[in-house]
Amino acid sequence: MIYKESLHRIWLVAKREMRRLVEKPIYLFCMLVAPAICVIFFVSLMREGLPTNLPIAVVDMDNSVNSRNLIRQLDAFEQTKVSMKTMSFTEARQEMQKGNVYGIFYIPSGFAVEATSGKQPKLSFYTNATYLIAASLLFRDMKTMSVLASAAVGLQTGLARGYTNDQLMGQLQPIVVDTHPIGNPWLNYSVYLNNTVLPGVLQLLIFLVTVFSIASEIKYSTTRKWLEMGGNSLTVSLLGKLLPQTVIFTIVGFMICAVLYGFNSFPLQSGWAPMLTAMFLLVVASQAVGTFMIGVLPTPRLGLSFASLFGMISFSIVGFSFPVQAMHPTLHALSNLFPLRHYFLIYIDQALNGRDLFYTIGEYAWLSGFLVLPFLIGRNLKRALLEFKYLP
Amino acid sequence: MKKENRLRYIIKEGIEDTFYIWKEEWKNVFKDSGVMIFFFLVPFVYPLLYAFIYDNEVVHEAKMVVVDPSDSFLSREFTRRVNATADVEVVTVCSDMAEAKKMLDEKKAYGILLYPGDFSKDLNAGRQTTVSLYCDMSALLFYKAFLLSATEVSLDMGKELRKHNHPSSTDQLDQITVTPVPYESVALFNSQNGFASFLVPAILILVLQQTLILGIGMLGGTAREKNRFHSLVPVSRHFSGTLRIVFGKSLTYLLLYVVVCIWVLGIVPKLFALPQVGHPLSVLLFILPYLFACIFLSMTLSGFMTSRESPMLVFVFTSVILLFISGVSWPEASIPPFWKAVGYLFPSTPGIQGFIRINTSGATLSEVAHEYHVLWIQAGVYFTTSCLIYRYQIIRSRKLIIQQYQSIKERFDAKKGL
Repeated sequence: MIYKESLHRIWLVAKREMRRLVEKPIYLFCMLVAPAICVIFFVSLMREGLPTNLPIAVVDMDNSVNSRNLIRQLDAFEQTKVSMKTMSFTEARQEMQKGNVYGIFYIPSGFAVEATSGKQPKLSFYTNATYLIAASLLFRDMKTMSVLASAAVGLQTGLARGYTNDQLMGQLQPIVVDTHPIGNPWLNYSVYLNNTVLPGVLQLLIFLVTVFSIASEIKYSTTRKWLEMGGNSLTVSLLGKLLPQTVIFTIVGFMICAVLYGFNSFPLQSGWAPMLTAMFLLVVASQAVGTFMIGVLPTPRLGLSFASLFGMISFSIVGFSFPVQAMHPTLHALSNLFPLRHYFLIYIDQALNGRDLFYTIGEYAWLSGFLVLPFLIGRNLKRALLEFKYLP
Repeated sequence: MKKENRLRYIIKEGIEDTFYIWKEEWKNVFKDSGVMIFFFLVPFVYPLLYAFIYDNEVVHEAKMVVVDPSDSFLSREFTRRVNATADVEVVTVCSDMAEAKKMLDEKKAYGILLYPGDFSKDLNAGRQTTVSLYCDMSALLFYKAFLLSATEVSLDMGKELRKHNHPSSTDQLDQITVTPVPYESVALFNSQNGFASFLVPAILILVLQQTLILGIGMLGGTAREKNRFHSLVPVSRHFSGTLRIVFGKSLTYLLLYVVVCIWVLGIVPKLFALPQVGHPLSVLLFILPYLFACIFLSMTLSGFMTSRESPMLVFVFTSVILLFISGVSWPEASIPPFWKAVGYLFPSTPGIQGFIRINTSGATLSEVAHEYHVLWIQAGVYFTTSCLIYRYQIIRSRKLIIQQYQSIKERFDAKKGL
């Protein structure tokens, strides 16, 4: 087959595929509606960047001017809201188990008197660690408050003894740790999660649609017609079939980038080109993996189950919430098999940190490397397409 | 009175048909390997996979580099102590920031600790000094590990320095001047702030709902593809009443999922030593309405599935949304009202909230009363909707039969007339 004829045949198959995509509403749903739902959901859910006003209970056994002052200051923190005062710790704990509060701040009785007279009253705070994010934010606020309370007393007694402010700071807190979270100084969760979750959803949907579109040829016994149109060449037939999907998914992917870096103005140190390239490569790599899946398991149900499993697991194994380096060593190697992992690493290097392309080129290569997969499974897939009978 | 109209006869027939349908559905499930994947393989494998991924619970030995222009006894002591914490490992000491930054670029480290040049001088002169901590934000847990370790060391060393610079008469007095108000913090219910203990219980509950939706959806889609007139119910004498269909089918799923629940909620948490402080009876009583709600929701949704594959294409991606909407990672208090309302459509939202509180925080049933009630209401509502769906399907297929019968009859009559 000559080059020109191949091109013509690819065009024919692509036209046929476009008709198929329009005919079934399920494609519209998976390619456009579902990504749109996810983008709207996640962007609006985390609009604030950080959860604010998380409710805590205060157990104030002291009930003095000082303790009330402490509570007011704690309430003034952005993440913390003192939503109730309880008479006992048990009551506060029950409120926590009811899910009404995420933390408890305990002020012992005689706090004010003991603090100024050097009897070292102890402040205690409790966080419900079953809600990890809420717990760590509240931990931060309540700890700061406790340190400040201690410092306030120290400052008071120190000033009374005739020290200057500077001298006192050198005594109260000789070493200060000043943190600089590179690229995301606000510790914005939306930046942190959406940059990976949304491409992850896209990857999942690409797996599903790729597998489904090939599997439905098997299911409705149209494989021979499809291959004939592609001149009995699997490469040509596949190219023609997947090309329209590539175009649509790439546009959807770019829209996601537009929402992230344009609409939301998330950090984009590298400029657009490296991320758009990564997004395009993620799309084609996912299609390649999808093709591989249906090639390995050429029945609709198994192929789709494989795609679902692989797509869902990638959210965890990509390591944006729990780092891969902290997982079991076998998972380090396995994580390389997920296109999203490499996209994530590119995002960290390029958009978040603006590193030299030199450090990231390997990840681009990995993503491109996935394109080999369809060729590995090609023979198996073609045999399946020609010989398999659909069994429900 | 005709025999068929007697109440006793109707009830007897109804019960018989219920069990007939139950048996049929049971066979359908075990015949269909696709459904078996969702009812058994996924609930079996998924919890294991997730528990394995998050098994380490916390980040240990996060890699850090140090830039130390001060190069003094005190700064080296600080470095040594940070290195000694369980969470952080100091990989190397770099000569300047450029070199340290290169280490970050090459992913040989994820954080930089920078001392000022007069670190030791300031401290010895009794002035406050600042160490800077730079973190790669690829993982929030690294940031947390660096921050907590560095802060801890800075407080400890600060106290010692102060004692050293301003000796008091007794240790007691030292303590009082250093920390007039001490504090203690307790992470309740998940004392090591572990990631698996936090996320896996939610995933376990979600897996139950999602596999039910996918499995029952697939059964529904298959029935629609196979049956005459693409109807959800087969044309058969036994499938003539709504209630017997809904009862018979839900009984199948319920029995299967009792087994699945024992594995997912009973054995998996034990295998991976996840927190499990809830009273077994509370868990059982709570899971019952959850299963009902999930089953009836799935049966309702299955009415809209026109092919075997559509449930997977439509529902798999919703897992990500449902996990976030349940308020386990993004706190419930910060979910916008609209999404909160959407969350109430799915049993997983109250299911995850309630289960976590019972299982991980040791709440009693009365402390999760709200979630418990919501689940029963959902079960009731979805039971009604699934009855409506099946009622509609029965009437539809009956109509089609009559239509077909009439058109055949007409043709026959026309032939006879010739």
